[in-house]
Amino acid sequence: MTRKISILPNTRLEGHGKVEIILDDDGNVIDGFFQVIEFRGFEKFCEGRHVEELPRITPKICGVCPGAHHTASAKACDAVFNADPPDTAKKLREMYYNAHMAHSHILHFFALGAPDFVLLKEDAAKRNIFGLVAAVGRDIGTAVVDNRGHAQRIQEIIGGHPIYPVSSLPGGLSKPLGEAEREEIEKNAVSLIVFSRQSLEIFENLVLKNRELVELIASDLYRHETNYAGMIDGEGKVNFYDGRIRVVGPDGGEVCSFEGADYLEHIAEHVEPWSYLKVPYLKNVGWKGYIDGPESGVYRVNSLARLNVADGMATPLAQKAYEEIFKFFGGKPVHNTLAYHWARLVELMYASERILELARDPRITDADVRNIPSGKPSEGVGVVEAPRGTLYHHYVTDRKGIVQKANLIVATVQNNAAINMSVKKAAKGLIRNGMVDDKLLNMVEMAVRAYDPCLACASHTLPGGASFEINIYRSGKLYKRLP
Amino acid sequence: MSKIRMILNWGASCGGCDVSILDVGRPVLDLPNDAEILYWPVALDFKRRDLETLADGSVDIGIINGAVRTSEQEEEAKIFRAKCKSVVAYGSCACFGGIPGLANQFVREDVMARAYREAPSNVNEEGAVPLTESKMKGYSLLLPEFSEEVRPLEDIIKVDRFVPGCPPSTETIIEFIGSLGPIARGEAGKRIFASDRSLCYDCPREKNKAAKRVEKLYRPHEIIAGSDRCLLDQGIVCLGFATRGGCGARCIGVNMPCRGCYGRLPSMVDPGAEAISALASIAGDWEDNMPPAKIFDVLDAVKDAVGTFYSFSLPSAIINRKRG
Ligand code: SF4
Ligand code: SF4
Ligand code: SF4
Repeated sequence: MTRKISILPNTRLEGHGKVEIILDDDGNVIDGFFQVIEFRGFEKFCEGRHVEELPRITPKICGVCPGAHHTASAKACDAVFNADPPDTAKKLREMYYNAHMAHSHILHFFALGAPDFVLLKEDAAKRNIFGLVAAVGRDIGTAVVDNRGHAQRIQEIIGGHPIYPVSSLPGGLSKPLGEAEREEIEKNAVSLIVFSRQSLEIFENLVLKNRELVELIASDLYRHETNYAGMIDGEGKVNFYDGRIRVVGPDGGEVCSFEGADYLEHIAEHVEPWSYLKVPYLKNVGWKGYIDGPESGVYRVNSLARLNVADGMATPLAQKAYEEIFKFFGGKPVHNTLAYHWARLVELMYASERILELARDPRITDADVRNIPSGKPSEGVGVVEAPRGTLYHHYVTDRKGIVQKANLIVATVQNNAAINMSVKKAAKGLIRNGMVDDKLLNMVEMAVRAYDPCLACASHTLPGGASFEINIYRSGKLYKRLP
Repeated sequence: MSKIRMILNWGASCGGCDVSILDVGRPVLDLPNDAEILYWPVALDFKRRDLETLADGSVDIGIINGAVRTSEQEEEAKIFRAKCKSVVAYGSCACFGGIPGLANQFVREDVMARAYREAPSNVNEEGAVPLTESKMKGYSLLLPEFSEEVRPLEDIIKVDRFVPGCPPSTETIIEFIGSLGPIARGEAGKRIFASDRSLCYDCPREKNKAAKRVEKLYRPHEIIAGSDRCLLDQGIVCLGFATRGGCGARCIGVNMPCRGCYGRLPSMVDPGAEAISALASIAGDWEDNMPPAKIFDVLDAVKDAVGTFYSFSLPSAIINRKRG
């Protein structure tokens, strides 16, 4: 006889993901699953479209990372037409993109991640952004709102819309940057840098100085020795907008490195009938199941993965923060899942510094931001580092630029195997002899949340904390409902 | 005065609609002063049974974003209808089906097959696809059903108010939030939170588009658009003339044409069909008898009529309706 604990995001009714924990007769965990229960089929309905419209269509995949889809799609379009945007257009796209990264990381850290640390002991009703603001002070709350707004504003200036960008086209951008706009961006970037430093300090004071939390972060409950993948520039530094993909193994050694266009040689996907989310893995290793260690083909993406694969950060303050994270854990790579939160703040600093650098670039307001493509369209791949990990857009068109086939590998999908493993491991460690309550289940959910999965999209941007209904089944009948 | 009783939910949504509410900033933070929010899955900690136990008709306003794709979403929409005096469709997906509604061009099985069987990165020899029930040892794992088509909210329940936009602009949202009181009191007011006139009226570009002829049409990447002249006048298909105003001409501000996210004008039955016929009538250098072949040359820039004219509205367009 088995029991099933369903962690249903019942308070997020349409709920894109759910966790199922299977217990044996003694109430110990046999298995755990992370299921994605939503599907919209963008790959199919991109067929037949004018390829240059995809940078406007694919952002509707996700309201939290529309900028990532817009940019990956624009880069795929460049490749389809074999069109190289002018330097200023690339810089503007990169500036836009770093603002996108900053806004997403601010939201995830403060609205979703931090409440788990700072309010670990609180009830579900308080474990949210309002509770956080009450705990850390209204000033910080205002700074969060303001700086998130600054990042949105930069996106609006360049992208044409604070949420859904429209300005990237094959070969460049639809509009150059004006001087007044540049000045506004520069001011916003300065503020974002101050805020990034403040965020790192908050992490240090509230998390790293708390022994219990440090133990939690370091504990084996939230640890997996996997491969990691992420994008690096020519110097081996983290880059969100452009570069090669590097994969490192559980020991930190390089497994391979490749151009985004060659992704099919390195990544394959496996289908599970019990989830709408596919399960990517390293093709050369093969699918060995939900296991970690040197034999496994499972790889992880997102903030910590990027830091693990890179040799450092390209800006000074971010580099300092990067060094601290590895010093704290005593070397590379860091396998502790909860460290993803910290890595996000290191990246927030990099994004902010990079925006400022670009805003001060003397060529940034050049009028020439587009090369009209002259080549015949055919096939192209566009890759960026989305806030949640590497994002691949791959289009094949006919000679008129009408999409024949599209393949998308979105960031969160690549963490699917790891999230499943993390759920099972946390559940096994936390649920013993049928003893289970809301707080323990929230700790299982923390294993999911560290990856900032983009499935429940907007639920990541708003407060809510762990608000699960827990159904315990016995012999297929509802046995107990918590809380 | 008593607080407005409100509930909010999402259907087949990308989340951008909820982010748009956040973008308004302070007015949202003050919302709890005026409104008692009894259910908002993304933001608050109420559960499904809290929703179910609300008395029928006891809630003033229910707001739903996202289209309807699963039976679960359909069921929830009906619960909202029963609980609320007034139901609001928020965002283009809820109002007209939105971008995900483009999937209605294809049958369900093909949409699934592309993702799970045909994608070039798949290794799936056994041809597995997600199933509503997967039997494991001693238990099963369930998934909701992916239904035949995407439907706008109005196809499922009666809708009282519409807030279009993908997502609605901050100005639109502020206007809507300001109207919550009157809506709750049952006072007549705006039914559609957008202008009754076309976007062209709000568009800051030089207004010389009336009765103009367009010699050649371009796809947006084929030409560098000037920033002052009407885009249509420059030969770029812009749906502004067939779209309600209210967004602040956002896309046009960065030299990109409108794709119609605010939906059709009140006078129009089918915006896509009317836009196509309008375009056909202005395209070409308009000698008295333009040979049909030349019209097709001009319209060559529109290879994808569905994606051009129905990007946000396919599920509510006439061409999508089931006959009979
Ligand atoms: S209307 Fe646009 S923003 Fe709103 S849910 Fe639909 S796709 Fe997302
Ligand atoms: S057609 Fe487009 S560019 Fe021209 S006036 Fe109308 S909205 Fe503006
Ligand atoms: S210009 Fe058109 S597509 Fe763009 S936001 Fe306005 S209504 Fe929507």
